Amino acid sequence: MNLSELFLIFPEMSKESLRMFRKSVDGAYRNFSREYGDTIEAVFDPVLYFLVWFEKLLQNSPWPLIILAILILVYLGSRSIYLTIGSLIALLLIGYFGMWEDTMSTVSIIGVCTFMSIGLGIPIGIAMSNSDRARAAITPILDVMQTMPSFVYLIPVVMLLGIGKIPGLLAVIIYAIPPIIRLTDLGIREVDKEVLEAADAFGANKAQKLFRVQLPLALPTIFAGINQTIMMALAMVVIASMIGVKGLGQPVLKAITNQYFTMGLLNGLAIVALAIIFDRVSQSFGKRLQQHRSGSRE
Amino acid sequence: MNKTKIKITNLYKIFGNNSKKYISSVRDGMSKDELLSKYNHVLGLDNINLNVEDQSIQVVMGLSGSGKSTLIRHINRLIEPTEGTVTVDGEDITKLNKMDLLEFRRNKTGMVFQRFALFPHQNILDNVQFGLSIKNLDKSDSIERAMYWIEKVGLTGFENKFPNQLSGGMQQRVGLARALATDPDILLMDEAFSALDPLIRTDMQDQLLDLQKNLNKTIMFITHDLDEALKLGDRIAILNGGKLVQDGNAEEILLKPADQYVANFVKDVNRIKVLKIKTILDQGGERANSNQTVNVNDSIENCLPAILESQSGLNVIDEKNNFVGSVSKNKIIDILQKS
Repeated sequence: MNLSELFLIFPEMSKESLRMFRKSVDGAYRNFSREYGDTIEAVFDPVLYFLVWFEKLLQNSPWPLIILAILILVYLGSRSIYLTIGSLIALLLIGYFGMWEDTMSTVSIIGVCTFMSIGLGIPIGIAMSNSDRARAAITPILDVMQTMPSFVYLIPVVMLLGIGKIPGLLAVIIYAIPPIIRLTDLGIREVDKEVLEAADAFGANKAQKLFRVQLPLALPTIFAGINQTIMMALAMVVIASMIGVKGLGQPVLKAITNQYFTMGLLNGLAIVALAIIFDRVSQSFGKRLQQHRSGSRE
Repeated sequence: MNKTKIKITNLYKIFGNNSKKYISSVRDGMSKDELLSKYNHVLGLDNINLNVEDQSIQVVMGLSGSGKSTLIRHINRLIEPTEGTVTVDGEDITKLNKMDLLEFRRNKTGMVFQRFALFPHQNILDNVQFGLSIKNLDKSDSIERAMYWIEKVGLTGFENKFPNQLSGGMQQRVGLARALATDPDILLMDEAFSALDPLIRTDMQDQLLDLQKNLNKTIMFITHDLDEALKLGDRIAILNGGKLVQDGNAEEILLKPADQYVANFVKDVNRIKVLKIKTILDQGGERANSNQTVNVNDSIENCLPAILESQSGLNVIDEKNNFVGSVSKNKIIDILQKS
């Protein structure tokens, strides 16, 4: 081998050992999923029951009741009559074009994913804000979760749990949870040092500081994270439908494979309408939280 | 002389990762500059010894970087000392465990901060109640106590407002009420009035002195403003580069500055405004030939016209109207010449 060849051709491992490497990793994972797949699935059973129950609740209740409930939430969150009327029109159009059931499926999975992301993400964010070491360990994991193409982590999830709601839920959460973790951490770290010192000076212990000072002051930032999480969960709806999650993603997928332009457009617009409603409501709620938290006047 | 409330003994603070390692070199006289340039550690406090009398106002004065804020944070251990002890009522604060330290902060000390450090998400009532709610006191009881202090500092009617709706002076009144609400023995005030504009500052100083007449707290007051120090302090400690250069009452600081640093500090002070008649009192001696009397605790400034008009000086009386001596023009001229 001469010198020019050495620089032109990358000294890669042999095809044979690469194949062996892939085979052994795949084999090990397959064995793992055969052995523990059922157990892990059982762990998620309660979540599955809840998800199915919530979906059925939304689909089987009378539609005017659901619309009313959504509008009340929209109004309480945003205090805007225009947004409430806009939401009403959007929901009526969605129903009129025959997308009510799929929309309810999507709302239910987004709702469950958001609540699980909040439930998991805020404690992780608190832990991160508490220790620089935890932060150094978790940050690269979050980077991977956000940048790894979602199809890549769909593979092991599907191998482990098969096709269905739970793998879809996991995929959505993996994709959507990083912002709430990051912004919880950021929000708590951003709390004014002097205010914390004041809490210390009055003898507040760690829990009192967290619940009475740090979390309330971080809440607007945390809410920005929740907003991001909802948006990202919605963005995952189409991809999640590839592994069997029901909802607005499935007709979109069908439209792509069969070139049904109008079908794709209508369902796409329904996703957009949901996104706008969720976004405006959570943003204006977050803004209202901000009102008195900006420190002194000067 | 009252008993000692806070006793600070051989207190050192070195900032840096290896502070313990350099403590002996510092004790052997390594300078602040040398420690910083050679070992990258900052000498915050250098062998501080200070006794604070019970129910007095102890002012700690110095320029920024002199260690005064560091010193006050050792009293409630917001900063851990590198070496030395701080005792309050004979109990060594530096030895308290975590729980006892929290209890100590909850019951013994209150603190007021330069930039107020109010809780922006809570209204004024909840801010003032904070210390009480930390102690898990009965809700209605703590509301009642908070309302009492809100009224005392003149903020009745503002209890449902938020800090960002109040002016700076009002915010610091909230800070003061918050610190007093737990009824602590010791009030720590870290440049409490420095961020306020001059008129409001004077107002707050008067209010503090007024409150102190009935409260009799032990107050440690940090300031970089000499006029404020002279007005408030029963005793004034002056820090320079982490060292305590002088501790004395206003008169001692003005008339017998310990070194050039203190002398420069007090150079421009209006002496006749600060000093009291007793400084220039000719004790005992003969009665002056005058019917007019002045009080021994009055400032020279207040009595100046009367003294200058009189031929042979004035008689001086104490609080109980007893004759204690006399003052004359010459004494005042002496004082003025010294500056």
